[in-house]
Amino acid sequence: MNAESTPKKRKRSRYAKWGYLFIAPFFIVFIIFSLIPLCSTIYYSFFQYYRQGLKIIGPTFTGMANYVKLFQTDLPNYLGNTLLIWLIGFVPQIIISLLLAAWFTNQRLNLRGQGFFKTVIYMPNLIMASAFAMLFFALFSDNGPVNGSLVSLGIFSQPFRFLASIAGTRGLISFMNFLMWFGNTTILLMAAIMGVDPGLYEAAEIDGASSNQMFWRITIPLIRPIMAYVLVTSLIGGLQMFDVPQILTNGSGNPDRSATTMIMYLNNHMYSKNYGMAGAVSTVLFLICAALCFLIYFITTNNDGFAGNKRKRGVHG
Amino acid sequence: MNKRSKSGQSGLSAARAACYLVLAVLCFLCLFFFYMLLINASRNTYQIQQGFSFLPGKSFVVNLKNLLKNANIPVLSGIYNSLVVSALTALLASYFSALTAYGIYAYDFRFKKTAFTVILLIMMMPTQISAVGFVNQMQAMGLRNSLIPLFLPSIASPTVFFFMKQYLDSNMPMEIVEAARIDGSGEFHTFNTIVLPIMKPAVAVQAIFTFVTAWNNFFIPALLIDKADKKTLPILIAQLRSADFLKFDMGQVYMMVTIAIIPVIMIYLILSKYIVRGVALGGVKG
Repeated sequence: MNAESTPKKRKRSRYAKWGYLFIAPFFIVFIIFSLIPLCSTIYYSFFQYYRQGLKIIGPTFTGMANYVKLFQTDLPNYLGNTLLIWLIGFVPQIIISLLLAAWFTNQRLNLRGQGFFKTVIYMPNLIMASAFAMLFFALFSDNGPVNGSLVSLGIFSQPFRFLASIAGTRGLISFMNFLMWFGNTTILLMAAIMGVDPGLYEAAEIDGASSNQMFWRITIPLIRPIMAYVLVTSLIGGLQMFDVPQILTNGSGNPDRSATTMIMYLNNHMYSKNYGMAGAVSTVLFLICAALCFLIYFITTNNDGFAGNKRKRGVHG
Repeated sequence: MNKRSKSGQSGLSAARAACYLVLAVLCFLCLFFFYMLLINASRNTYQIQQGFSFLPGKSFVVNLKNLLKNANIPVLSGIYNSLVVSALTALLASYFSALTAYGIYAYDFRFKKTAFTVILLIMMMPTQISAVGFVNQMQAMGLRNSLIPLFLPSIASPTVFFFMKQYLDSNMPMEIVEAARIDGSGEFHTFNTIVLPIMKPAVAVQAIFTFVTAWNNFFIPALLIDKADKKTLPILIAQLRSADFLKFDMGQVYMMVTIAIIPVIMIYLILSKYIVRGVALGGVKG
């Protein structure tokens, strides 16, 4: 409006309205479908607000009562379950992915059929998690084909009840997470390794470095930011773990609720229409994720910028 | 290939053999379950309980017929709902993310930096945390048991936006836009006829990704939909899981899972090159 002062400013304002217009749908939809719901979720968390039968109790303001109650329930256990199951899947995932990414990019090794391997290892990532969990449930159930085969091969004298044992259930969920995500991680790490300046390897080769030395002394330090990115995004993904354990255990998280994750707990509260408690669980998750976001922010900004990094590497490559 | 050194040739082939072995094991793990799924979809309950078989049975058509006849599991409407939701999600997410990314890339306005930072911040927030408010709000808006809340929010897809923005940063010359302006093309017209075609590869990759994500989505649909004719495939699968298994026809279970994942596998096999490239492109954020 008052932009006539300098010609530069006038140019900016001539097109500025288009900028606002172009990003408006995003922000309108974001505000209606995400921001307002997020605020009301946090708001509800301070209220006693649930449905008992057909009667709705509340909303009555109770301050921090939901949070106090939350930490007296099994919430810490569920957070522990979530992190443990995530970790059991993540450790082999990062090791295997790093190994595969190193092999695929190793020119001396020059593996054939890379297109095929990459296609196959990424495939499980696209599968409906609920269908995958259903398949595992059907295969590993007490009288499913896995047990049928193990017994008829004489390995077990009677069916092993995978889903009745804590280790079996957690192990299956972790294994599924591993299988679904190692291909994705491999491709991310490969892209990172290929972004490393090849001149560094040439120089190292002239100096007589072995493949191992080059991997540990050049590749790993240079892709550390992406490794950190993989770690944190995987952790945030892990905190969201829901479909697989929900379907595999039919929502119960049994045996002994050892497979109940944070989101399953949230889902249970929502299903019983206890909006106050569900709000409190969401808020706790929100705070954890916000902390992780800041961590990512610091990792990425310490390393000269977000998007600029890629192009800088591209110039070398 | 020229880089292969002369020394340690035998060590190299041993290492290569080890690599192929590990890769073969991993591929076996990835493919085995899908193979088993297809085989079991063609066998009857009795055969399935006998254990694995590497040869298909003869009950494929029977299982399919039984599943389609099963009144408790409306598979056909499930496929239809899933298709509608996924296709509209892919369309809205890729078009509006491209629009938002171009808005931030091409124009200079006061809240540009703030808008970009806000989108990056919400990118990492799980959708589940606002679920309580979302479900209540949809109830208040009369959108329970409607497909609208399953695809409309995808207009605001931060990850898709981020991918598009990165693509624009490295592939979009502003000179073309300026030339179009001189020729009298309106801003919106320029976006649709010039910018969008330049962004086609990014739009295609993200359309595939959002389609697959929407097809597989379970958490929010399960909270919003309880009418049988509005259920999407993941909800129907969850429903199968809670059925009484001892009385259930396992052939139908495997057939249902097959139907739920086959379309995605087909899309993937046709487009895998672009998908793999897309992951690599989108992930390099270090």
